[in-house]
Amino acid sequence: MTDALTTRDPGNEHIAGRQIVLIDLLDRLLNGGAVLAGDLVLSIADVDLVHINLRAVIRSVTGDEPAPWDQGL
Amino acid sequence: MTRTHGAGGTTDRNTVSYVYAVCRAGGAPEVPDVRGVDGAPLRLVTQGSLAAVTASLPADEFGAGGLEEWLKDLDQLERLARSHNEVVDALHARTTVLPMRLATVYLDDARLSRVLRERAEGFGQLLDRLDGQVEMGVKVYATPAARTPAATSARGAEPQDTAEGESPGRAYLRRRQAHRRHSRDVHRTAGEVAARLPRTAAPLVRARAVHRPQQGELAPRIGENVANEAYLVARSDVMGFRGTLEGMADGAPGVHVEVTGPWAPYSFADGTSADGGATQGAPDD
Repeated sequence: MTDALTTRDPGNEHIAGRQIVLIDLLDRLLNGGAVLAGDLVLSIADVDLVHINLRAVIRSVTGDEPAPWDQGL
Repeated sequence: MTRTHGAGGTTDRNTVSYVYAVCRAGGAPEVPDVRGVDGAPLRLVTQGSLAAVTASLPADEFGAGGLEEWLKDLDQLERLARSHNEVVDALHARTTVLPMRLATVYLDDARLSRVLRERAEGFGQLLDRLDGQVEMGVKVYATPAARTPAATSARGAEPQDTAEGESPGRAYLRRRQAHRRHSRDVHRTAGEVAARLPRTAAPLVRARAVHRPQQGELAPRIGENVANEAYLVARSDVMGFRGTLEGMADGAPGVHVEVTGPWAPYSFADGTSADGGATQGAPDD
């Protein structure tokens, strides 16, 4: 199965000692990744999944757009 | 049948279940020896053939209201993101992972198990597709020289080259014009390199995903980011991919190609970037 992956090979060498640039990380963690049950609207009670769409947070830190909870969602 | 093992497997109201990734139940017999977000120990929530790598976190901090507060601060967001990635990376080093988006939180393990059960088929297919693959990032930058090569004149090293009899004002305008032309050329060349990315990568990749070009405070200052893409690459092709893509900027002054990774396949975890589909590098002519 995936046993081959446990051996060290070039594809397994994560850039040791080099700090990952935050924006590269956020591109993936905020835009990528599996979304299990869609984005949550924060004010809806009784939702199973508390998934927050953080792209707005990034826009808010870059000054483009306020965070969603400032818009009365 | 749901099993929870590892430390801290509780379903009380004071904690929520933070999910890092889903993998095959047999693929990660032990959780990696890393502490995730908030230092909370990892555990597996197993459901059929799937396992979710999970941690119990305090509900007041990581439930809906608490998470908002947590994420209003960029330093906290960064800490969360790095912790999340550290766990996903450690898993990815030992098995095939389906990374979850940041801040995927369930109220308890029972609800998480239900989603694993409902999505079992789709998750299984995604895991098959991601088997042995890593994500590589490729960014193309246009970085015009601060001082235009053309403005340093044929007449040598005079820093403020002024043609014979030319007024300082005219000289300034001429340099401005030359710089604009240079900048336009660099941007055009960077655009051409960016357009060639999918075709150049095609023999080495399985899928392509396009991210928004990076801009704003967090963007690296090395130039204007004109393309920001991700490719799904077999582990054995990582070196070849890096060499091929980084070589694209050779002979193109002012153009930088930056390759990042290997990453866990975040950009290919949502099931919408299917092989050969819209995101599979259709050549741009």
